[in-house]
Amino acid sequence: MPEIQNFTMNFGPQHPAAHGVLRLVLEMDGEVIHRADPHVGLLHRATEKLAESKPFNQSIGYMDRLDYVSMMCNEHGYVLAIEKLLGIEPPVRAQYIRVLFDEITRILNHLMWLGAHGLDIGAMTMFLYCFREREDLMDCYEAVSGTRMHATYYRPGGVFRDLPEEMPQYQPADNRSAKELDRMNADRSGSLLDFIDSFAARFPGRIDEYETLLTDNRIWKQRTVNIGVVSPERAMQLGFSGPMLRGSGIVWDLRKMQPYEVYDRMDFDIPVGVNGDCYDRYLVRVEEMRQSNRIIRQCVDWLRDNPGPVVLEDHKIIPPARIEMKDDMESLIHHFKLFTEGYCVPEGEAYAAIEHPKGEFGVYLVSDGANKPYRVKVRAPGFAHLASMNEMVTGHMLADVVAVIGTQDIVFGEIDR
Amino acid sequence: MTLDDKHAAIAEAVEARLGERVQRLENTAGELGYAVAPGDLLDCCRILRDTEGLQFEMLMDVCGVDYLSYGRAEWDTASATATGFSRGVLGRDDSPGGGPARGGSAPGGTAAGGSAANGPEAGEPLAETDYQPPSRFAVVYHLLSISNNARLRLKVACEDDKRPIVDSVTGVWASADWFEREAFDLFGILFTGHPDLRRILTDYGFIGHPFRKDFPLIGKAEVRYDPKKGRVVYEPVSIEPRTLVPKAIRDDNRYQPDLSKD
Repeated sequence: MPEIQNFTMNFGPQHPAAHGVLRLVLEMDGEVIHRADPHVGLLHRATEKLAESKPFNQSIGYMDRLDYVSMMCNEHGYVLAIEKLLGIEPPVRAQYIRVLFDEITRILNHLMWLGAHGLDIGAMTMFLYCFREREDLMDCYEAVSGTRMHATYYRPGGVFRDLPEEMPQYQPADNRSAKELDRMNADRSGSLLDFIDSFAARFPGRIDEYETLLTDNRIWKQRTVNIGVVSPERAMQLGFSGPMLRGSGIVWDLRKMQPYEVYDRMDFDIPVGVNGDCYDRYLVRVEEMRQSNRIIRQCVDWLRDNPGPVVLEDHKIIPPARIEMKDDMESLIHHFKLFTEGYCVPEGEAYAAIEHPKGEFGVYLVSDGANKPYRVKVRAPGFAHLASMNEMVTGHMLADVVAVIGTQDIVFGEIDR
Repeated sequence: MTLDDKHAAIAEAVEARLGERVQRLENTAGELGYAVAPGDLLDCCRILRDTEGLQFEMLMDVCGVDYLSYGRAEWDTASATATGFSRGVLGRDDSPGGGPARGGSAPGGTAAGGSAANGPEAGEPLAETDYQPPSRFAVVYHLLSISNNARLRLKVACEDDKRPIVDSVTGVWASADWFEREAFDLFGILFTGHPDLRRILTDYGFIGHPFRKDFPLIGKAEVRYDPKKGRVVYEPVSIEPRTLVPKAIRDDNRYQPDLSKD
């Protein structure tokens, strides 16, 4: 009689379905998982320690690189924590711009998730479709901040600058006919808000396309229904947040429950799952994209009608305009102090949490009154989700591990920090 | 900033239930927090989770803090010198001459620049901060109640600076598992009763606890591929630490409520 024994399999760290550098040590009985032990930290950059060695504003750019598919939301958490300690509140227009870009970021994140999750479990086309729309949103990032990904756009006290009046256009090139150029620039003749508006008008139709491909797809359902089921009680025990918590049927969204910025003025719904499996979490995220689109349209309407300052006038925190600096001694001093030493934040501690596309992104900030944070702790939603990997995959087949990694929306930038 | 009504009610309930075992933490951001003694931690956590009206059913975050250089600027000089601001960072905790432990031994007076540049002398009190950390290491827990839509912070000071130990709360909230592993890895805080206290973020075979304030930012070991040996080798770091912007603490009367009132 042949001897039967469990064997251990090493999954990753260089595996396309591991969404980055995840090393999973799987104990298996045939094709069934008995235990999964994720080894993380391969992308550990000590962001928090680096932030402790720099003035507050210089770390905003590091926050982009945490969860590198939802950049501005990370900045938002960090900036909110600083604002809490400073006791300042940005102008209303800045708050609307932040909400607008948080929701653009949410769509960016969910598109990346949908494309990658689809690709992992066999829906190749999704990846191409999702990247088509991501391209437009990346252009919004670029128009407002100059970079397509790592924007460093939010500042304590507002945002770096107002939305541009002109959307950058494609330039003529040898491989582009005039007709094609006109087509590409069709949406780009107006301001950034016009561009976002036309995106928001066509995006619901695009979501319908994704849903046509997936929602009733037999193979998609076979791969996701009843996979990785988490009960509501267990989801709370495991520290889940965001779509992972809502997928298990708990109505909890920080945008509604503990509203920050102007979310209390927005009209939107929170989608909630029933069974707590991968399929429900898929439905929740797809619906979240539709709701984000609704919020974007409300923001665009408000921003069109209400011009105003986008950053505080307090030059102890916000540098003065460059023009002022040229002929005003006071402004020059402010500018010099802010760019050499930075500003001091009063002693104290604060925890600011936002509804990040992946869940609750919290920043715990301890300040001892210096120009650098004494301790920054980033509470990454993915960290708690990945910790539940063992529980979610035990008893499932090897192929389902990929579905669970996908449904957790893992990004290693934030988990390893 | 004071607490909102909901959190004031929670605070009342917590103080009624736990009484002497918790001390309210001062907070300027309007957040509710308590200091708890290490011995009372597990009991208090269970009560906070299970009591009707509190129901903190979620643990969102566990975070280690090292208060070694709390409230100490790197920019303490009596007089200006010609040597640039490097004088301001001499005698820091991570300097080669060994650093001043909190309230511990004095720095070796490493080089020119005057004793004023070398941080506090032995027995000298810490800078005048409002918060006086009771010990070097602390663990901070962030709780969330979904039923009451409320947040609460718990802070535990580890009694022994050399060997910080706290009870593990994995039995109360399963989410503590990885967060405690992280605090162990980065700060060397031990959690008794943790089922699997391994390193999590640092490299296999890493030595030291990198987020401690006396661990240099540039690290202690560097890695390269050695073509002769045909493998990756670990060596002591070859780069020099440097401070780009010194840490400065400024008195600012805007943040002192009793002054700004006048």
